Amino acid sequence: MDHKQLLYLEEKCIQGYSPACTTTCPVHVDVKNFMAKVKAGDFDGALKILRKVLPFPGIIGRICDHPCQDVCKRREVGDAVSIAALEKACVQMSSTAPDKIFIQPKKDKRVAVVGGGLSGLTAAFDLSSKGYNVVLFESKDRLGGSIWDTPEEILPRKVIAEETAVLVDLGVEIRFNSTVGEVVSLPDLGRDFDAVYLGLGKISEHTFGLQLDQEGRLQIDPLTFSTGREGVFAGGGLRTSPGYSPVGSLSDGRRAARSIDRYLQNASLFAARENEGSYRTRLFTSTEGVELLPAVVPDNPIQGYTREEAILEAGRCLQCQCLECVKACKYLAHYKGYPRKYLRDINHNLKMVKGNHTANKMINSCSLCGLCQEVCPNDLNMGEVCKNSREIMVIKGKMPPSPHDFPLRDMQFSNGDGFALARHEPGKNGSSHLFFPGCQLSASAPEYVDKVYAYLREKMTGGVGLMLRCCGAPADWAGRKDLFREGRQEIVRLWSEMGKPVVILACSSCYQVFQNYLPEVEIVLLWEIIDRLGLPVVSAKDSPGKVAVLDACTTRHVKSVHESVRRILERLGYEVEELKYSREKTECCGYGGLMSFANPELAHQVIDRRIKESEADYVAYCAMCRDKFASRGKRTFHLLDLIYGADNMDLADREDPGYSQRHENRARLKDKLLREIWGEKVEEAQGFAAIRLDLADELKAIMENRLILVEDLQKVIDYAEKSGNKLYNQATGRYLAYYRPVSVTYWVEYSPRGENFKIHNAYSHRMQIVGEVKI
Amino acid sequence: MSGQKDQASKQSWQCCKCKIPMKTGKVRITYMGNDFTIELLKCPECGLVLVPEDMAVRKMLEVEKSLEDK
Ligand code: SF4
Ligand code: SF4
Ligand code: SF4
Ligand SMILES: [Zn+2]
Repeated sequence: MDHKQLLYLEEKCIQGYSPACTTTCPVHVDVKNFMAKVKAGDFDGALKILRKVLPFPGIIGRICDHPCQDVCKRREVGDAVSIAALEKACVQMSSTAPDKIFIQPKKDKRVAVVGGGLSGLTAAFDLSSKGYNVVLFESKDRLGGSIWDTPEEILPRKVIAEETAVLVDLGVEIRFNSTVGEVVSLPDLGRDFDAVYLGLGKISEHTFGLQLDQEGRLQIDPLTFSTGREGVFAGGGLRTSPGYSPVGSLSDGRRAARSIDRYLQNASLFAARENEGSYRTRLFTSTEGVELLPAVVPDNPIQGYTREEAILEAGRCLQCQCLECVKACKYLAHYKGYPRKYLRDINHNLKMVKGNHTANKMINSCSLCGLCQEVCPNDLNMGEVCKNSREIMVIKGKMPPSPHDFPLRDMQFSNGDGFALARHEPGKNGSSHLFFPGCQLSASAPEYVDKVYAYLREKMTGGVGLMLRCCGAPADWAGRKDLFREGRQEIVRLWSEMGKPVVILACSSCYQVFQNYLPEVEIVLLWEIIDRLGLPVVSAKDSPGKVAVLDACTTRHVKSVHESVRRILERLGYEVEELKYSREKTECCGYGGLMSFANPELAHQVIDRRIKESEADYVAYCAMCRDKFASRGKRTFHLLDLIYGADNMDLADREDPGYSQRHENRARLKDKLLREIWGEKVEEAQGFAAIRLDLADELKAIMENRLILVEDLQKVIDYAEKSGNKLYNQATGRYLAYYRPVSVTYWVEYSPRGENFKIHNAYSHRMQIVGEVKI
Repeated sequence: MSGQKDQASKQSWQCCKCKIPMKTGKVRITYMGNDFTIELLKCPECGLVLVPEDMAVRKMLEVEKSLEDK
């Protein structure tokens, strides 16, 4: 993922693009902000917005043919917002004087504008503001052209006079009663002026010998407004006749003026003009869940909206924007922006060599769950971006070590002697299947691993082997391709040695890893097996009630699993409630992507929000999801709780065992299985592991937060007691010692109690004390 | 686990091996290639140091985080 790809992805996020109303308006009035001002009752502010693109807001505000309304998003849920009527109300109600127009330094070029209708007026306005010397030729004795066809009640003549007077202020020389072709000829103009704009309106009979199209109109390039003759440009009513669009004429005058400016500066007439005039927006706006509202009807239709009515009507504007992913993902909402902005920050962060890498934490906080891609109209997956970014950071040596150190050590533990195991079923010398329960189910509910393994052996005849270890997801999430590759190779080696059995997985994250990185392995999730082979225990329950399924984000695309899980629940007698975010649109529990290590507070918010989705007890089929929700106080079952737990409703309240207990559970599981299934003798714990600690619950909770394990304390005490490197406090009778078994220095305050050690405090830091003590 | 009791008891720590009280002195610490010298209680004889809890979980953590993002 390089700079270019990031820019390409940035383009995918269309949040912040102009809404349909604005892109359809030929001069791109910022309707959305205009509506916001009107809604707030700030009519002066609203008029200012009109003035930004409209040189004559009082005129256009009263007569605009409003193509914007035809495309207004509000139409899907009611009538289009009455944009034109609100512009009219605005120009009627506010009369703030325009800001002083900034005129660029005078240029020595002269431009002739022929015709004083809206297009000519606009061209004259724009060109004189740019510093050109403009002479306006008008065949009549008044400015405005076709706008005089509008009745006086709608367009008071005073307004025309007031608004067109601005041209005089701009220094435009106006020659009334000067019909070009009669008083002066086009070749004359060509001689006296550097460029000419023809805005003759729909009724002109002069064609000046210029090229015509099939309908007999002047041939005008639709992009540049140039005619067949060098230096002569044309637009307005003559281009659109017999139709007439006031705002279209205004736009023509403006775009032709832009061409004339470029022409006179010898710049390209064609470059970067895609989004001029009306165009289709790329913005996506969902109207799902928006209340249907009809347009506000003015009490007096001739007068138009009153102030109050206008405020109400503007309130119907949806303030169109996308933010679909931001609505769905708490993480994206947390950083107060949206992917296009985030991609820019990430790009910057990755390119930066020296300085504060402020986006590090953001990159590491994403759960990599992919929900964003599911809801994005353009399939942008921020999870992929964050994961790729992490890999780049690791390669460049720019990955902060603290967020991932702990989970990576946890993975190392699971792949070490304390847990790792690969065996054929006892009594069999081959395996048709291999049960791979994963490290987290074994850590959270080891008894089920035992039970499921028994069930599988009973149901399957070809031999069911067992492999205990971690699938490598933490390394994948941490961007540690090196570590991940090592783990993967080991799995493949062991699996090949066992005869390449079909692997039965009990964890969705393992499933994702196998699916993405071990395509040679045939895999199936336990839930599909149970669905197919039948429930292990058939316990009759009387009306067990309703549960809401927490689908795992790592198998959001595995429909068969969603179905199996629901069928199992139905067979158990449960009524299944579907959460707002479920199946392919499910949300992560905050463990995915190691979010809960990089940003624990945010992970909590993610869960807390999800808890509010339903009152029902939740049921998860990922051990991590189960424990994460339970740790935030939500009654949550693991699917295996419902399968094996008979009627024990308390299982939903089971606490998260905590990090130390998770290690312990894995180690004990391995010992138990070795003893009971394979009949092996297992050695007693030795060395530091034999040290027994007294730990108060309160301290356990602190250690959990500080990511300190019981075994870390054991190591410190072991070291201190053996080396004698410790401090003693006479006042309290306690010892204090420190030791650095890994890249963390652990401190323990303790006192011996008989055979045990009572722990008073434990803390750690990553900084290293240099110059270790002489022993 | 912290607070006043902690402050008072800090004074009476002594090195077990050397059997002498800890004294304030300069200690070199390092993180991600950055070296610092700070004042800490240490054993004047063998150099065993004392990083109090408060310093570890606040000041040091803060510095660690900012160095990690450099
Ligand atoms: S709802 Fe508002 S922002 Fe959206 S298209 Fe209509 S006027 Fe524009
Ligand atoms: S869903 Fe998100 S990423 Fe996709 S376009 Fe909308 S704001 Fe951008
Ligand atoms: S947490 Fe999930 S939905 Fe949110 S940005 Fe990351 S991958 Fe996308
Ligand atoms: Zn000493």
